[in-house]
Amino acid sequence: MSQPLTKSSTIPPKRSVSKSSFSLWLSWPLVPALVMFIVFFVIPLVMMLGISFASRDTYGRIAWLWTLSNYERVFDPLYWTLYMRSAVLSVLTTGCCLVLGFPLAYAIARAPAHFQRVLLVLVMIPFWTSFLVRTYAWIFILRTEGLFNTILIKWGILTQPLEILYTNSAVLLGLVYGYLPFMVLPLYVVIERISPVLEEAAYDLYAGKWMMFRRIILPLAKPGIIGGCLLVFVPSLGAFITPYLLGGGKTMMLGTLIQHEFLVIRDWPFGSALSFILMAIVLVVLAGLVKRTSGIAPVA
Amino acid sequence: MKTALKRYRVLLLMLFFFGCQPASEESGTMPSPKPDSSLELSYFTWSDYVDQELLNGFEKKTGISIIVGTFSSNEELLAKVQSGVVGYDVIAPSDYMATLMARQGLLATLDLSRIPNVQHVIDSLKHLPFDPHNQFVIPYLWGTVGIGYDSTIIQTPPTSWEILWDPQYKGKISMLNDQREVFGVALRTMGYSLNATASALIEQAKQKLILQKSLVKAYTSESFDQMLIAGDVVLAHGWGGPIARAMREKPSIQYVVPQEGGTIWTDCLAVLQSSPHKELAMTFINYLLDVDVATATSNRLLFASANQMVKERVKAEVRENSAVYPSEATVQRMEWMTDPGEAIRDYDRAWTELKVH
Repeated sequence: MSQPLTKSSTIPPKRSVSKSSFSLWLSWPLVPALVMFIVFFVIPLVMMLGISFASRDTYGRIAWLWTLSNYERVFDPLYWTLYMRSAVLSVLTTGCCLVLGFPLAYAIARAPAHFQRVLLVLVMIPFWTSFLVRTYAWIFILRTEGLFNTILIKWGILTQPLEILYTNSAVLLGLVYGYLPFMVLPLYVVIERISPVLEEAAYDLYAGKWMMFRRIILPLAKPGIIGGCLLVFVPSLGAFITPYLLGGGKTMMLGTLIQHEFLVIRDWPFGSALSFILMAIVLVVLAGLVKRTSGIAPVA
Repeated sequence: MKTALKRYRVLLLMLFFFGCQPASEESGTMPSPKPDSSLELSYFTWSDYVDQELLNGFEKKTGISIIVGTFSSNEELLAKVQSGVVGYDVIAPSDYMATLMARQGLLATLDLSRIPNVQHVIDSLKHLPFDPHNQFVIPYLWGTVGIGYDSTIIQTPPTSWEILWDPQYKGKISMLNDQREVFGVALRTMGYSLNATASALIEQAKQKLILQKSLVKAYTSESFDQMLIAGDVVLAHGWGGPIARAMREKPSIQYVVPQEGGTIWTDCLAVLQSSPHKELAMTFINYLLDVDVATATSNRLLFASANQMVKERVKAEVRENSAVYPSEATVQRMEWMTDPGEAIRDYDRAWTELKVH
């Protein structure tokens, strides 16, 4: 394991590396990707930024009267409750994914090599079906006379059907289900590279299981934990399909609000402003994490 | 090195996941516009309204094939047309949306000599306030919004929308996920027009709806028929057509339009100003209104046809189903929805407040 590099030793090699990587960056194989990036990402984003300062006319068209009112509206207390709800749900989703994903990632990483591959494929299999279809499947499982209630009532565990569908619990369940693999994979990558020898050494030095986990596994798995949390938190903050289908339209999340503004109210300027606020939140979270983790050297 | 390879492999796996992740979030599909082929016409319509056999009939008759795209709300239709997506020829907006689109100059003026079947359109639908001379749109299918209910549980047919506020049915009620329709119900129960624009009335309606929210299982415009069939709900606020289809699967489902009245709607056919095949498009509209085609449409889709000769020709079970063909007395107490203009902001705010409550 490499020690964190000191600043003085990183700067000079970094410069020479960045020089050579810059010339590589400009090389022709990158041109298609660069064109794609500019046409399908940068230009639409700039257009949206422009729209977010425009206004909506009576018919729902974009009127090019420059205004800051969309951003003022974004800070309306009404929407703050909605942002808080989205944030709380995303944090809960991330937490559940971490609690469920860590043991799973650990088990996969410590399984015999041939078995590991099978387990990874199993984590991947749900992605072979559309996310939309899988979310619909949850509707059939969770509904009043669905699979879940029918089986539990048959086994005598429940006497009355549990009304889970179209509640916040259903949304949470759907989000955790959808994003769990994004937690498992980065965790697997880091845990797989933690040598079991280190664990043995810890036990030899009279560390208990918990102590070993806290002092050895957890610090070494930190980059994976942060990566996994980001990969779960960011998309669940803007999630649209899951709250829309499993929430029964009873609450609005940030993602459903943006869709509503664009497609129902046809207030593109406000929808764009909301999208930029969402991006700003994500950037702040990212920047915060990068700052916190900048001291950690990549595990080589 | 082995570990390096492994790391690479996992990265590739992750890229693969991201590639697969963005499932289509759009509820509709778009026809791929092909500008040069004069033998293709693209028809952008409700996902409920597609019957391939009828479209094939047009191809057999004229040699012109129809490419179908679908949408699930008027707003989605407008958003796609406004966003500059061209290539659609014929579209099927609802009444109030047709008004909006015509005012924006998106619709082509119709040449009625190419649509002789317009003479069969029911008079009360023909002379709609927004287009009395069928300059831009021709009514196609129409219907009402009411309550679908399971008669094994609710034995006496509901007479008032107030049943949707009955705590006895807590968690067994679904409402449309449509701000205008939902506010329309509340406004009608309070004795106001469903097109109220005064902010005080919208506020009052919101308070009433907040009282109802704990009883509502879901606000949905797509799956209320399925929920009725599955028994998830016993009362569903919804369009007659899907409820009529639910009756076919579960005969105990009934439909009623409460005494206070509600929304009457008609979906129209129109040609987009941007269409390169306007004449062909009008021929297609005429085909859809043809008495035989319209009869088959009504029988299959379970919506009432705007062609007045159709009602007597459809199957008796369709004709007698009030979810498909409302009685004259019912039609009398219905109201057309109109565009609220600037009041849409009040509706929008009230709707968001209801949702976050």
